[in-house]
Order: sequence, then C-alpha cells, then structure tokens
Amino acid sequence: MRRFLQPLIAGLPAVLAAIVFAGLIAFVRPGFALDARTVEQLGFGESDDKVAAVAALVAAGDARALAVLEALAEGDLYTSGRQVLIIKGDAAHDAASDAAVTPVPEERDEVTVNNRLRREVAAAIAALSLASPDREARLAAAKALAGGAEPAMLPLIKKAAGKEADPLIKPMLEIIQATLELQEGSKETRLAAIRTLGASNNPNTKQLLLALLENKDGSAQDDDILIEAQRSLRAVEGRLAWGERIGQVFSGASLGSILLLAALGLAITYGLMGVINMAHGELIMIGAYATYVMQNLFRTYAPDWFNAYLIVAVPVAFAASAVVGMLLERSVIRFLYGRPLETLLATWGISLLLMQLVRNVFGAQNVQVENPAWMSGGVALLSNVVLPYNRIVIIGFALLVLLSVWLALTRTRLGLFVRGVTQNRAMASCMGVHTARVDTWCFGLGSGIAGLAGCALSQIGNVGPDLGQSYIVDSFMVVVLGGVGQLAGTVYAALGLGVVNKFLEAWSGAVLAKIMVLVFIIVFIQKRPQGLFALKGRFADG
Amino acid sequence: MLTRRIFQLYGRCGWLAIALALGVLLIAFPVLNLAVPAGSALHLSDYWVSLAGKILCYAIVALAMDLIWGYTGILSLGHGLFFALGGYAMGMYLMRMIGREGQYKSDLPDFMVFLDWKDFPWYWSFTDNFWYCALLVVLVPGVLAFVFGYFAFRSRIKGVYFSIITQALTFAFMLLFFRNDTGFGGNNGFTDFKRILDFRIATPETRMGLFIITGFTLIAALLLARFIVLSKFGRVLTAIRDAESRVMFSGYDPLWYKLSVWTLSAVLCGIAGALYVPQIGIINPGEMSPANSIEIAIWVAVGGRGTLIGPILGAFLVNGAKSWFTVAFPEYWLYFLGLIFIGVTLFLPQGVAGIAAQVRAKLALRRAMAAEAGGTAATPPRPLPENAA
Repeated sequence: MRRFLQPLIAGLPAVLAAIVFAGLIAFVRPGFALDARTVEQLGFGESDDKVAAVAALVAAGDARALAVLEALAEGDLYTSGRQVLIIKGDAAHDAASDAAVTPVPEERDEVTVNNRLRREVAAAIAALSLASPDREARLAAAKALAGGAEPAMLPLIKKAAGKEADPLIKPMLEIIQATLELQEGSKETRLAAIRTLGASNNPNTKQLLLALLENKDGSAQDDDILIEAQRSLRAVEGRLAWGERIGQVFSGASLGSILLLAALGLAITYGLMGVINMAHGELIMIGAYATYVMQNLFRTYAPDWFNAYLIVAVPVAFAASAVVGMLLERSVIRFLYGRPLETLLATWGISLLLMQLVRNVFGAQNVQVENPAWMSGGVALLSNVVLPYNRIVIIGFALLVLLSVWLALTRTRLGLFVRGVTQNRAMASCMGVHTARVDTWCFGLGSGIAGLAGCALSQIGNVGPDLGQSYIVDSFMVVVLGGVGQLAGTVYAALGLGVVNKFLEAWSGAVLAKIMVLVFIIVFIQKRPQGLFALKGRFADG
Repeated sequence: MLTRRIFQLYGRCGWLAIALALGVLLIAFPVLNLAVPAGSALHLSDYWVSLAGKILCYAIVALAMDLIWGYTGILSLGHGLFFALGGYAMGMYLMRMIGREGQYKSDLPDFMVFLDWKDFPWYWSFTDNFWYCALLVVLVPGVLAFVFGYFAFRSRIKGVYFSIITQALTFAFMLLFFRNDTGFGGNNGFTDFKRILDFRIATPETRMGLFIITGFTLIAALLLARFIVLSKFGRVLTAIRDAESRVMFSGYDPLWYKLSVWTLSAVLCGIAGALYVPQIGIINPGEMSPANSIEIAIWVAVGGRGTLIGPILGAFLVNGAKSWFTVAFPEYWLYFLGLIFIGVTLFLPQGVAGIAAQVRAKLALRRAMAAEAGGTAATPPRPLPENAA
C-alpha cells in the first residue's frame, strides 16, 4: 500500500504545480511546462531521486514529460550550472519550460542513466505514449507495458484504458490494469481484477493467476480471492486449450496442404506413370527459385507492382519445372521405363546435378523470398491462435491445384490419353495414341505441379539448394500411404499425415512424431500393402 | 568336405589373386608404411593407409549390398543405417575407453557431462567390455534388419516400395540420433577416441593393425559371399531376383531366403562400420543420411551387380575418385557423382566388371548381323539376360 501511494503523494504536488504553472505560462508562451523542481531532481538527484522524479513525471502525464523522458533515454538531457537542458544538435531548450537557451552552453554534463533508471524510463515513456494519437505507437506502448508496468502508472493506464477504442489495444490495457490492481488494490479491486483476468485470452494471465494461487507474490490471501482466482483460471485454461486445439488442426491442415502439393506431382509421375523420380524434390526447388527470380525482377524493374509478383510467379514456376521435367524425360527417364530401380538411381544422380547447379548459380546460402504485403499478417482468432494469411492462402492454393489436376485428368483430351496409357499402354497405342508423347506431357504436368509446390513453399520457408531433400521422403510416404494410381488416396494421405504429425508433435516433439508416423506407415502397409485406395481387379498387379 | 568346397570356390587364378591381395595387405603396406623411413620416396604416408582402410570398409559394405541387390534383386536404400549402427556400437566401447582423459575428467563421456547427466543410461551398461560391444556390432543391425525385414517381406513389399521404406527408415534413425536426449552424442556423435583394447589408437602401429584386420575381414566376407552364391541357397536367391512368383509356385517360400540374406547383409555392414570407426576416429548421425545409403548403391552399380569382385572394384573406383575430386575440384564432385549415377544406369548396366562381356556381346551381335546380311543363316546370340529387376 505504501509503495503504491508514495509516488502518488510525491507526484501530487507536481501535478498541482504543473497545472498552476501551465496556467501561468500559457499566457507567456504556447506549450506546457513542468514542475521545475521535479526536473531539477531528475537532473541533479541521486539515483533514487531520479527514479522518484520519473514517477512524478509519469503522474504528470503530459506531452512535455514525454519529451523530457525521451531526451533522457537518448542521452540528450544535460545539466549546465543550475539548468537542466535538452540539447539536440545545435539547439538547446530548457527542460522544464521548453524555452530556447542561446547560446548553447559550452560546459555541460550529460545526465547519467544507470540500468535501473533506464528500465524505469522505458516503462514511463511507454505509459506516456498510451495517450498518443497514433495507433501504432499506442500498440507498441501497450506491448512494452505488458512486460513491466509499475504501480505508479496505474492512473495513466486506467485513463488510457477508459479512453481507448481500439479493439486490440483496449483488452491489453485492461489486463495490464488488472495485473497492477491485483498486486496493490483493496479486496474489491482485486476481485474485480481477477474477474477481468478471467475474461482475457492472454496466455500470460494464466501464469499470473497460477502465481496468485500458489501465493508466490507473498501477499496475504483470503478465501474469496482464491476461489475467484481458481474460477478465472479454469475459464482461461479452457479457452486456451481450445485455442491450442484449433491451432493444431490449422497447422496440421497447413502441413497437409504442403504435403499435398509436394505429393500431387508425385502422384502423377509415380502413381500414374510408375516413374520413381528422386529428383522430384529438386523440381520443387526449381519452382521456389523461379519465384525468387521473379521477385527480384519485379523488385528491380517494377517496384510499384511488387505485390503482384507472386501471381506472375505461379505460371513461371510451373513452366520452369515442367520444362526441366520434360527435358529429363526425353533425355534420361525415357530409356529406363520398366526398370524402376535404375530410374531411381539415375534420377538421384539428376537431383545431385540440379542441386549443385543451383549452388553454383545462386550460391549455397538460402535466399530470401519475401511475402507480398497482402500475404503477411494473420487473423487473430484467439489471443494464442493467429492464423497467418500466407498459410491460409497456401491451403486455398493447394485445393485449387488439386481441382485443376482433377479437371485436367478427367475432362481434357490429354487426361483421357494419360488414363488410357496408364491402364493399357499397348491398347492405347493401337488406338493411335502417341504414347511416348503422352508420357512426356504427363511427366511435364507432374513436374510443373512440383514447381507450383515450390512456389508455395517459398512463401513459408527457407529457399535453398537443399529445399527438395527435406520434402522428398515425406512426399514419397504420402504416395506410398495413399496408394498408386489414385488422386483421392494422395489427398487423404497428405491431409491425414499432416494433421496426425502435428498432433503427435505437440504431444511428443517433432522428431519422435516423425518416427512414430513412419512406424505407423510401415505397420499400415502390413495391413494394406497397396495403400489406402488400392486399385482392384486385374490392374492391381501392375 | 567343407575344406574341399572352400577350395572349389575359386579356380587357380582366383586363389592367386587372393594370395596377392593378402601379400599386399600383410607385407607391402606394413613395410612401406612402418619400416621405410618417412623421407623415402617409397614411404607410404598415414593418409594413404587410413584412406585405404576406409575404402576397405566401404568395400565390405558394397559386398553386402551386392548380396541383397545384385543377387536377390532387393535394392536397399538404408544400408548406411546398419553401417552406422555397427559404428555406434563400437563407438560406445571406444567412448568408455577414453576414461577420465576427456575434457571434463569424468567417467562419463563429455557429451553426457555437458547434458548434466549423472549416470550412464541403461543401454550403455557393459559397454566397457570389448566383447560385449563386438556382440552388439553384430546383434543390433542384425536384429533390426531381421525385425524390419520380417514385416516388410511378409507383406511382400518389394521393388521401389521397399527401397523407399528403407530410405525412410534410415532417415528416421538419423533424426533420432541427432537428438541429444537419445544419448549418443547428438550432432557431434562420438569422437576423440584414445585407445582400443589398451592400444593407443593414434599410433601408426594400431592403425596398421586395424587396417590388416579390415583387409582380412574383406577377404573373409568375399569368400563367404562366394560360398553363398555358389550354393543352392544362392541359386534360389538369384531365382527370386529373376522371377519371384515362379519361385513361389515351385514350392519355395521366398520370405526366409530373403530374410536370411537381408539379415546377413546388415550384419556385414555393421561389422564394416565397427572397423571404420576406430580408423576414421569419428561417427556421427550424418552417416545415416539417405544420401550416404544411396551412394552405396552406386558403388555396386559402378562395379557391376551380380558379380562379387565388381562391388569391391566399384567401392575403390568411386571412393578413390571422391577423395581425389574433393581435394582437386571440390565444386565439381557432385556433378561427377551425378553423372556417374546417370551414366552407369544408362550405358553400363553391368558395371565396370561387365564391360568386357558387354563389348563381347555387342561384337557378337554385329558379327551375326553381318553374317545374316551376307546371306548365311545364323541365329543371333541371345541378348544378355537383364541383371536385376
């Protein structure tokens, strides 16, 4: 109680003086002035005096106090003789009255700031900034205060919380206010504070309430407060648990959509054509680098259109990977049809070549691919769940790609040929289908989709020469699990693996989750060697 | 009876070659390395001994790979795992033998002190006994391969499916061993060994001893492999490679044939790993990376699948090239390796060991065609059978 009141009492004369003084000075010059004694204390006092002076300035709570404190924080506050001055460049002003002082005195000493004082000053600046008309400044201030608000700031925060209209900042301030009141207020205030905390979605309040229940802050508790605290804690925990669950489902869906994109191309090249392409990961990487190149081109030649680069990058990434894929098919893979193990080794060699090539061209370091402005940020569903826009866009993108692949396979002439060649190559050839050409186009389509996956991946992760390597094992797992020759299997397997992986990750850590998923796949294949959706009948033997 | 069969494994030339190899191993290397003074032109530096020792270990792995791939038609992309597990089993013993000479002067290995562990985890018990660790070298890869193989072969996972699953297996183990909490030194693995069986590990004499043991192991493995492929068991393996369904319909159960050769292959890899670690002085989870395992396949492919001398040749060629390239043109090694992968699969399906046969077949074909064009009816020679599925 004393700790709480002391600065208030100390500040009271300063406030009164400031009001009177401001009234007086208002006739002389526009602007405000501060209590000269407080400022003097700040300039010449011992460390404790300075802290008290800062508290007094906060209590005064006007714009002039903010200027003085900022000068102090930046080392622009000097003493010269009995004067306390703010000296910026060649201009000197009196700290208390803002009157210009000319000439700038030669003999001056910087007001020293030790670490303790620096902390106090930073918090004080934040508290004073709460009154700023700029929303960003208020938000930053509220964030800073959430870490360390001092009891002296309570009146300021209360006032700011009352005035605040922003839906994001207001609850933050209320929490800060409740936190302060919890430490210092009367029983009623504390009860009210606990109820406010119970309505918050902030994960930090859980810690606060837990500390209160375990009586860590040392203050005497009575039963009402404990009961109320428990009730609030349960409410907060319940909401947080929901948030976590939603977050896991979302990140599972996000991972699933990425796996889906990476595996869709494989579902075509491996699932339909039976070509095992170990360079698939590198085709993804090429898509990502194509996006990177487009980004740089836009940045250099059309900075005004920068936000649109991704829309151009999508077809470019598709084309780049598709062309590389078709070249590979014509030059290497074509000679290895029907020899899957040889294909595996040869395509591995190709992947080594492509990786080293990219290393030589773009360097071994990861490159930076920036999100366009419309993809950064996110929807804050609850305080502990933020759904980033880029992930949402990618989920939508994956579904779009899936739809187009399905349309391409079922509604176009190429799709018809591809299905025909898959089912019975000899018969299709007899019917006049140019099977070799269909193979090339089909492989190009699968590779192009890998490029699209790369374009999507560049928006959420690092783009480097090893990008493909980290996805190749996962995407093959998806295809193995989903079964060969079926798109539906790939979709279910990708989403299922994504969600299961994320839930296990939350439970046991990323590495063990991966291992468990792998064991699960091995066990699953025991039961259904052909995957989730096996082809039935005479095609099953392939 | 058995001795007779062993003598029949190779003809006179074969045994002569093995005797020559033994001579190089037992006389040439020790004399040139230890007896010839360091300044002499004939002196063989320690670098070459350790390089040759390393490649001998790889040759054992290639031989093991050839048994399962070249002869049984099962391409494993996880043999690096068995190699690393053997290495880790030996590494545990070597770590215990550091004793209190580590940085922290503790009985525990440095990485455990660093993790603030007070005691060895249970799976480290008895690892200060060399013979127990030698047993682990065989048992750990063997049991893992047996269990994994049993489930995989029982549900008739084969071909590319099997390759991918083995790749995922070694990938998962790599992630597991990268964790510090797994208790195998995490990222850094085991290193800084001091002694093995009371010999200082860094002396040239110990190094030479390990080198000779590795050489003997390779020759023993070669003879064992030769024994297997010439036996009836080996014939069934080849039959499984060429037509598994037909083997099944003839009344054989491929499961046990595949499983035993798979387990044997894994054990050989484990032994090679155990010989590798004291010579190279480090083992870390990087050995389990999928890229390492797939490189083993290329040694075999370069040398020639389905021959026994081929994989040994391949291991020497590829690794020799690697150590030359990584010194001379480090930038281009991956290009070269990639081109080997593509070139061998496209143009040399039978590897280096098969070049002669390939050329002969081509010439015979050309002669036959010329003869046919000349009007004489001659049956063209049958093309060589496909070596592997």
